[in-house]
Amino acid sequence: MFIPFHTCIFHQYHSIFICMTQIQIPSPLRQYSGKQAAVDVPGKTVGEALAGLVSLHPELKRHLYTDDGKLRAFVNVYVNDEDMRYLQKEATALKDGDTISIVPSIAGGCGVMICRL
Amino acid sequence: MATVPDVNSVKAPPVLSNDEILRYSRHLIMPEVGMEGQQKLKAAKVLCIGAGGLGSPLALYLTAAGVGTLGIVDFDVVDYTNLQRQIIHTTADVGRKKLDSASDKLKAINPFLNLRTFDTKLTSANALELFREFDIVADGTDNFPTRYLVNDACVLTGKPNVYGSIFRFEGQASVFATKDGPCYRCLYPEPPPPGLVPSCAEGGVLGILPGLVGVIQATETIKLILGQGDSLAGRLLLVDALGMKFRELKLRKNPDCPVCGTHRTITKLIDYEEFCGVRGQEAPVYGGDLPLISVEELKKKLDAKADIFVLDVREPHEYQICNLGGYLIPLGDLPKRISELDSSRQIVAHCKMGGRSAKAVAFLKQAGFAKVSNLTGGITAWAERIDTKMPKY
Ligand SMILES: [Zn+2]
Repeated sequence: MFIPFHTCIFHQYHSIFICMTQIQIPSPLRQYSGKQAAVDVPGKTVGEALAGLVSLHPELKRHLYTDDGKLRAFVNVYVNDEDMRYLQKEATALKDGDTISIVPSIAGGCGVMICRL
Repeated sequence: MATVPDVNSVKAPPVLSNDEILRYSRHLIMPEVGMEGQQKLKAAKVLCIGAGGLGSPLALYLTAAGVGTLGIVDFDVVDYTNLQRQIIHTTADVGRKKLDSASDKLKAINPFLNLRTFDTKLTSANALELFREFDIVADGTDNFPTRYLVNDACVLTGKPNVYGSIFRFEGQASVFATKDGPCYRCLYPEPPPPGLVPSCAEGGVLGILPGLVGVIQATETIKLILGQGDSLAGRLLLVDALGMKFRELKLRKNPDCPVCGTHRTITKLIDYEEFCGVRGQEAPVYGGDLPLISVEELKKKLDAKADIFVLDVREPHEYQICNLGGYLIPLGDLPKRISELDSSRQIVAHCKMGGRSAKAVAFLKQAGFAKVSNLTGGITAWAERIDTKMPKY
């Protein structure tokens, strides 16, 4: 089932509402997300949604988090068009219709492309 | 919005000749440019870093539009693989300096251009002096150290940094380091560390993408000169050519930014290669010496039917272009597919040039593989020295 953006659906089996958020995956990271450009994950906060993402795609973990479980300094996470660093960071609450974007630093310009996310 | 500092208001605007008036007539008859705007363009001095993918459309359009002084910094030579996207260079230019090739085209487009070429690598030693002679810097570089160098030098000299970057079929554009706007470090305080994280070097780029993003940079540059419109300062434009989607994200000036924040720790240019951890860029994380094998040695061993397992760590689409019949495991898949390899056998890893396979060998060494070596120069060296019929890419 395709769930556009952040949507709450009624989960038949558990008889609860589960809120899903869409996370946009940039192309350098798609090799670790099963080639998907967007992944729908449950979560009421940005932190929960990102945790859901890495549990679905464990290979993403070392690219997004340090060994001690902190989000890497060069990983920029946006909720809609706003940098989560200027919201409540990983505690930022998600509302209906929110989209999370992971924005990598890319350096390409003239010769070979170099991206090390 | 931020405009080009002083130059235009202080000096008397340059006068356009009748030839120039005719040439720029489609600008002169629109109110957003007009005579005043065209004079601002003529008075403007733009420095373009790189004459490659982004630099090509940037330099071509800025020249055609009537930017008076254009500087280009580049020390590279045109090669065949550039022609798919670096449209300022032609087949006949292969082997020439990019600066010479670009000069010919730009002068042919607009003889009124004052072109200043700098046949050098941009470094911490020359950047500030160079930037001070220009009003705006357009960044068309391809690596993290130079990105940070351009940004810091722009902040320190107070020049706007018209930024564009591309990867495969995605691009980013913004305007950094305007008077009150954020800088590149506000967005990315530090570069991603190099390591076993597979590098996407040789990752490729769709040929039109630098055109798309470079023209956005040229547009922003011209808007800054004219003082017209809403600049991308404070916004990061994301371009997805495959989905043909343009999105924008808000950028804020970070008060903790080390170069433009309230407590600045960077007040002069630093060693950017060290900062980005790329001193000896392809040197892998593995501490010991990496065993190497030349293409000649490998050929000899294969001909002698020695028991050698050739491991190809490139991507499947590269394997389709040419291969040595090796076993294909892309570098990024190596950790999870390591069980497919037999550590008792002699393994020779290769990629296109030797960079990715060095990482593979370092990784396998750390994982306890004793008999692995890296094919020096990769399949490219093989195509040059062993099988000259093999295509190079
Ligand atoms: Zn800054």
